[in-house]
Amino acid sequence: MKLAKTLLLGGLILSPVANSNEPSPADRHLSGGATTVLDKSSNAFSLPANNLSILRRDNFFIGNAFFRQPWVIAPSSTSARDGLGPLFNSNSCQGCHVKDGKGHPPLTREDSFLSTLVRVSIPAETAEQKALLITIGVVPEPNYGDQIQPNSITGLKGEATPSFDYEEVAGQFKDGETYALLKPKLKLEQLNYGALHPQAQLSARVAPVMIGMGLLEAIPEADLLALADPDDKNADGISGRSNQVWDVKAQKTVLGRFGWKSNQPTVAQQSAGAFHGDIGISSPLFSSTPCTPTQADCLKAPDGGQPEINQELMDMVTFYASLLAVPARREMNDPEVLKGERLFKQANCSACHIPELKTGVKPDFPELENQKIQPFTDLLLHDMGDGLADQRPDFLATGSEWRTAPLWGIGLIETVNGHTRFLHDGRARNLMEAILWHGGEAERSRENVLNMSKEERAALLRFLNSL
Amino acid sequence: MLKVLPTLLLSTITCVFSAPILYADDVTPKAVIENYANLVHAEFSDTLVAAKNLQTKVDAFITKPTEATHTAAKQAWLAARVPYSQTEVFRFGNPNIDEWEGSVNAWPLDEGLIDYVKSDAYEHEEGNQFATANIIAGTEPITAELLTSYQEKGGSEANVATGYHAVEFLLWGQDFNQDPKAAGTRNYTDFVQGTECTHKNCERRAQYLKTATDLLIADLSKMEQDWAPDQVNYRKSFLAFEETEALRRILFGMGSLSLGELAGERMNVALLAHSQEDEHSCFSDNTHNDILSNVQGINNVFNGSYQRTDGTTLKGASLAELLASKDKALSAELEQNLNATKATAEDIVKAASNGEPFDQQIAAENSAGNDRVKATIAALRTQTASIEAAAKALGVSNLSPETSDSLQ
Repeated sequence: MKLAKTLLLGGLILSPVANSNEPSPADRHLSGGATTVLDKSSNAFSLPANNLSILRRDNFFIGNAFFRQPWVIAPSSTSARDGLGPLFNSNSCQGCHVKDGKGHPPLTREDSFLSTLVRVSIPAETAEQKALLITIGVVPEPNYGDQIQPNSITGLKGEATPSFDYEEVAGQFKDGETYALLKPKLKLEQLNYGALHPQAQLSARVAPVMIGMGLLEAIPEADLLALADPDDKNADGISGRSNQVWDVKAQKTVLGRFGWKSNQPTVAQQSAGAFHGDIGISSPLFSSTPCTPTQADCLKAPDGGQPEINQELMDMVTFYASLLAVPARREMNDPEVLKGERLFKQANCSACHIPELKTGVKPDFPELENQKIQPFTDLLLHDMGDGLADQRPDFLATGSEWRTAPLWGIGLIETVNGHTRFLHDGRARNLMEAILWHGGEAERSRENVLNMSKEERAALLRFLNSL
Repeated sequence: MLKVLPTLLLSTITCVFSAPILYADDVTPKAVIENYANLVHAEFSDTLVAAKNLQTKVDAFITKPTEATHTAAKQAWLAARVPYSQTEVFRFGNPNIDEWEGSVNAWPLDEGLIDYVKSDAYEHEEGNQFATANIIAGTEPITAELLTSYQEKGGSEANVATGYHAVEFLLWGQDFNQDPKAAGTRNYTDFVQGTECTHKNCERRAQYLKTATDLLIADLSKMEQDWAPDQVNYRKSFLAFEETEALRRILFGMGSLSLGELAGERMNVALLAHSQEDEHSCFSDNTHNDILSNVQGINNVFNGSYQRTDGTTLKGASLAELLASKDKALSAELEQNLNATKATAEDIVKAASNGEPFDQQIAAENSAGNDRVKATIAALRTQTASIEAAAKALGVSNLSPETSDSLQ
């Protein structure tokens, strides 16, 4: 009778795969649809999509290798991997995207800014500058460009050294329990390429988690735009809107999806942009030097060929970044977690942190197609209030708008990266602090949480940690 | 009459419930799975024995560092890799091995974590604050616990303090490729105690080498025990799986090693980057043998056989036979593909034996070498397609690392 049991079981395994539109209750934990892995170790963010067939896994692991291995100064005998810098943040993707997880600000005096980078720009005033807002989204600072690169190849100086000072902001919940938030003040010292423009806009950003990016790219644009309500027609206080950004390959303005202000349209462009700005590696898409026109020594430094990473390798890194698995939810049927899930909805967090979306068609990526996913984001911009504002617009995003951060995997960040720092600059030391920084469109939700009892707040956190 | 009837009834019941497929005599999935467990145990046992021989030679080297004892230790390391590399096909499908594997075979590594490096010839991960930690030049007592604590320290996978490649680095040193034919050129005097010591800290270096080797033995013993018969261990639970689940683990290992890991990560990356830094055994220039042994490991599983270090052959019910009973043509095709791959891998080994190690075969200007490597990659891809087809033929509809009922 063992054979019969095997046949029955085989049937059970087949049905969820055959009908991927409606996850049965048994599959609700599959946050990334069929790409979901059950791993909850420190490797949970670094695995290939579960449904990636063995015949397609080689490109994933090749892309992974080029993501992980250091790039070196040109010229080098390792000619396919030279061209680092001349100015850079890290010599490898993995250096900041540690285990494909979340970056953090310095945690101690000795800790570095490595997985936090500082974007910079100046306001657009002239017609020429305003034109840049269409194609770059920002006006680069004349000496430092659009990003501070603290590191350099030998013989050159890094651009500057960033640091944070923090001010404590106290508050209390309705039940009297107190809390303290850290308000960061960003400083730039040892400016090696001249003074900063008097109106320089600075914004510190930690490396975001890399899971599920391909899935997010596969959500049909119409579905995301349907979630937008820029004029708050339904008067619920939420007015999400899309960012419209420049697609370099297509040479036109399209929906933005990636980055803290949704300023990148595709995984491919995001990845090439990161190679260019963070490591100083040119690609077919971004073939220029990362030096600004005033950085003479930088411009004179030898490059690693043109381009420094070719399209074939760029495609493999994009393949890798698109096919990172999403880890399954944990403990989702625990009563406290279920209670927290109800509170999440009651507080209207789910108005922006959309619990469930569906992917559509994605050429060349059958693994990502037609999946029911639970990213807890709408990828739209929302005004989060003055407290979180960085005063640095990016394409259509204002100085106080931010993309709704995807919450999938958030409960595993501590396991993967050994810290619990949240929000764009990592100012929140835990999830509750992250909630308490929510202002602007999220003010009502924040009020709701402030009014929750201690038990309710604990349940809400348990729910978030199950994601 | 009464005695005969129950037997007739039983066989009738069996006919009603069994699928309309005929198995070759003696080759049932159960037999294949049991033989696989025996293969795994035999290979890990041989791996452990070879590692113990390495330990003996390392101890002799440390006690009396000379050219001769150094060479003997290096040869023992090379020999120890032959059975180990064949076990890599058991990864990917068996989580017990995946969880343990990083301790014994992690690579590439930032050498500066462990020992001195030539500063103008050292590429490491920026932001890896331990990339120049130089444990050997430090003061922390060198123990197994210390080494284990440095493994992936700070979240960087480049921090490798234990395992085969840490030992390899200590025995060979960095490979500067000044002579393309040569591997790492560390002198035995790096281990000589007293005034003849080169590069300082010889006592700690010897201590590190010994500790890392001893720890390797301990780790290998654990895995040998996890597959030993008559114990409450992974082998026991493996043999209790539904047959399709066990077959899935076996085949997923074959397919993953074949394309993703070997063709992709170990060969194509090094080739695309033309980079020795991506070579599996870069200090000893032994990568060509790693490749062949990896290939052999896959063949072992298909053929249900393993040639032991002592020369004897372990043989039992094979996937080849089981597959043939379902799809004779496919089994023949897969066999052909595996043999073709082995031939291309042997070409790489032959070239290496003739003074062209793997890191030269992948060099940008070496088109003949590159073609040789590409041929193996292509053959591995072809065989992987057959492995995937074989899985379907054997009833494994979903060849992936996890299904909804796999263990966590």
